[in-house]
Amino acid sequence: MLLQTCGLHAGYDRFKALFGVDIAVEPGECVAIIGANGAGKSTLMRAISGVLRSAPDMVLHRGVPIGHLPAPQVMQRGIAMVPEGRRLFPSLSVEENLLIGAQMRRGTGPWALESVYELFPILRERRASPGTALSGGQQQMVAIGRALMSNPDLLLCDEISLGLAPVVIRDIYAALPRIRATGAAVVVVEQDITQALTVADRVYCLMEGRVTLTGRPGDLSRAAIHDAYFGGHA
Amino acid sequence: MIWLDTIAQGILLGGLYALFATGLSLVFGIMRLVNLAHGDLIVLAAYLILLVVTLLGLSPWLAVLVAAPVMFGLGWMLQRWVLNRVLGPDILPPLLVTFGLSIALQNALLEGFSADSRRIPNPALEGASVAVGPLNLGVMPLLTFGSAVAVILVLNRIIYATPLGRAFRATSDDPVTAGLMGIDPRRIFALATGLAMVVVTIAALYLGTRANFDPAIGPARLIYAFQAVIIGGLGSLWGTLIGGVILGVAQTTGAALNPEWQILAGHIAFLAVLLIRPRGLFPRAND
Repeated sequence: MLLQTCGLHAGYDRFKALFGVDIAVEPGECVAIIGANGAGKSTLMRAISGVLRSAPDMVLHRGVPIGHLPAPQVMQRGIAMVPEGRRLFPSLSVEENLLIGAQMRRGTGPWALESVYELFPILRERRASPGTALSGGQQQMVAIGRALMSNPDLLLCDEISLGLAPVVIRDIYAALPRIRATGAAVVVVEQDITQALTVADRVYCLMEGRVTLTGRPGDLSRAAIHDAYFGGHA
Repeated sequence: MIWLDTIAQGILLGGLYALFATGLSLVFGIMRLVNLAHGDLIVLAAYLILLVVTLLGLSPWLAVLVAAPVMFGLGWMLQRWVLNRVLGPDILPPLLVTFGLSIALQNALLEGFSADSRRIPNPALEGASVAVGPLNLGVMPLLTFGSAVAVILVLNRIIYATPLGRAFRATSDDPVTAGLMGIDPRRIFALATGLAMVVVTIAALYLGTRANFDPAIGPARLIYAFQAVIIGGLGSLWGTLIGGVILGVAQTTGAALNPEWQILAGHIAFLAVLLIRPRGLFPRAND
């Protein structure tokens, strides 16, 4: 098992967002986390990546407890995150934004400046621009490339389609098969259920901080997803 | 001719103020920390250089090479064990802690070195001067200004052309996301403060060889450093140098008109710049 959360509780000072979440990711697998706004999807990503700390045993990476580790150490173990809202560094050029992804961990794998430019050719043209001068879609490409630069064995993508036009979302998701071909596991957090069901091997649905449904996309009925998503009995 | 000389002296004095200010500017730029003990740390470094010169019999230049790593370590520990604990969304705790540190440093220096004013002996170059056209310029003031330019060149090179500088800028932009890149902001902050203390040591060399110093002069150096940073605009080290030069020229011009006006003229120049350009002359765009 590459990654496992075991009864994960997490939240902020006076606000709990996750109540005993169990998810598992196999090496090379693509897992989608779906759920409505406020279901706890982003909190789950933040807890796995170490931005939010939890008890050591609540997050296991290759069987090793990492729940208590801060983000830099989690990253150096090979878990890279594409954060919600892209979060490029405005003081850095596109190329510097990419380079900083590999600064503390280069890993073993195909990803380097050249291969990221091949994945997203437009970034080569814009390499000297400030990261924040790019369009939303291009910024998302930089954010994904930046996370890939460390050659992670697990890539966490938090709401990578948020605020982008459908045609741009299609371009971004077109890169996913090539990312997975290198053997990396991917967790995508998505509000767009159709997109999630298309790309994922397995889906978890979160509602109010709990897993309400899990399974392979083909095995899940529309009605079951609707119930798990909204909590109603449609 | 006297005016030309006055302005030249002011420009060179500006180099000293830029050296005072660069460390302050570096630390503020990277972690938004205003270090109120900055002036006292310069005085501490001056005593450290004096100690090395007296105890080991080294020249002041070699003494800096001994003192700089010590100050780097001190800055690193100060950041790692004290200041990192108080940095956060609230800007008040770091101000209070560095204010307290300022008082503690002054008293510790008073206890250790007494209130007597001291000077770092520099017999080789103390009165040396060179003729530049119609002007006679002191060798030490020229070296001060040259060092300020060199320090800023090197720091800019570090900030804009090395992986460490990239990490400085990224952490300054967004420490949480820098953490997701494997960069530990606390470590970056400690390195930045260590680096600032190396600049402080260089500033202390010129402070201590130029004139007498005692444990109580730190806060006034902090004021000059602040004024140079603010005149230049936050985030630009070349702006800080120009800020120092404006301050220096204002002070020497004021002093030429009436010796009592030296300090006052500097403050008036500072206020005038604030009135015309509240964000300083060369503010960074995204701040």
